Amino acid sequence: MSGGADAARAAARALGELLITAGLVLLLFVAYQLVWTNVEAERAQGQVADQIREAWERPTGRTGAGTDAGTTDFGEGFAFLRIPRLGEKYSVPVVEGVGLDVLSRGVGHYPDTVRPGQVGNFAVAGHRATNGEPFAYLDRLRPGDAVVAETRDAWFTYVVDSIRIVRPSDTWVIDPVPGKPGAEPTERLLTLTTCNPRWSSTERLIVFAHLEERRTKDDGPPPVLAKGVA
Amino acid sequence: MYAWIWRHLPGPVPVRLLAALVLAVAVVALLFTTVFPWAEHALPFLDVTVER
Repeated sequence: MSGGADAARAAARALGELLITAGLVLLLFVAYQLVWTNVEAERAQGQVADQIREAWERPTGRTGAGTDAGTTDFGEGFAFLRIPRLGEKYSVPVVEGVGLDVLSRGVGHYPDTVRPGQVGNFAVAGHRATNGEPFAYLDRLRPGDAVVAETRDAWFTYVVDSIRIVRPSDTWVIDPVPGKPGAEPTERLLTLTTCNPRWSSTERLIVFAHLEERRTKDDGPPPVLAKGVA
Repeated sequence: MYAWIWRHLPGPVPVRLLAALVLAVAVVALLFTTVFPWAEHALPFLDVTVER
C-alpha cells in the first residue's frame, strides 16, 4: 500500500461525500420550493385575511388597512380578490406592493395604480407557481368571467375583457389606459399579471377587465359569488 | 467529511447519534430559514410583474 493510493482514495471519498451532500441540498431546495413555500404562504395569507377583517371591524375615519382610499403600508392587506372561475371558495387577500417579500402574503397591488373601483387601472400581480400560487390557473379565465374585489365598503365586480400574453417589459398593461400612455382615464379597469409559461418567466400572462357593478356592503355580495360559476 | 465529524463528536454512540441528529436538524433549519429564501430570488418563475 502506497501513501499515494491512500491519499487518492481519501480525496475520492471526500469528493463523493461532497457531491452526495450537494444532491441532498438540491432535493431539499425543491421540497422547500414546492411544499414549504406554499405552507408558509397559506399561513401568512390567513394572518393577512384576519388583519383585514379586524381592520374593517374598527370604525372608519382612519387611513391604512381596510379603507378604500387611504394609503396602506407595504405588505399590508386592504382587500380580497374573488374569482369564481377558480373556485367558489377562491379568495385571496390583496396586499400593497409587488416585491417578493410581499407576494407570499397574497396578491400584490402595483403601488402606482388606483384602488379597487376607482377611475383608472387597478393592477395586481400574483405568483403562478409556489409561494401560495394564487394565480396558478389564471389562464383558465375567459372573457365574461367575473373578478370580484371586496373592500371595506363595497363589492366591485369586474368582468374579463381579454387575456393577453406579453413581454415582461410591457409595462403599458398597467397604465391608467392600457396602450395609451399619458391618456386621461375615464374607465374603471382591472389588470392582473403573472408569469408565463407557468414555470418560466419569458413572458407575462395578462388579464384585462372592466368594472361592471359596484355594490355596497349593505347590498350584499354580488350574485356571481353566491351561485359560483354558471 | 462525515467520518471526520463522527470522530469528533464526544461521548458514547447513543450520545453521538443524538448530537449528529441535532447537527443535521440545525443545518436543515439554516437552509430553510436563510439560504433557500435567498436563493429563491434567482428562480425565474417568481417574476410575475411587468417592469422596465
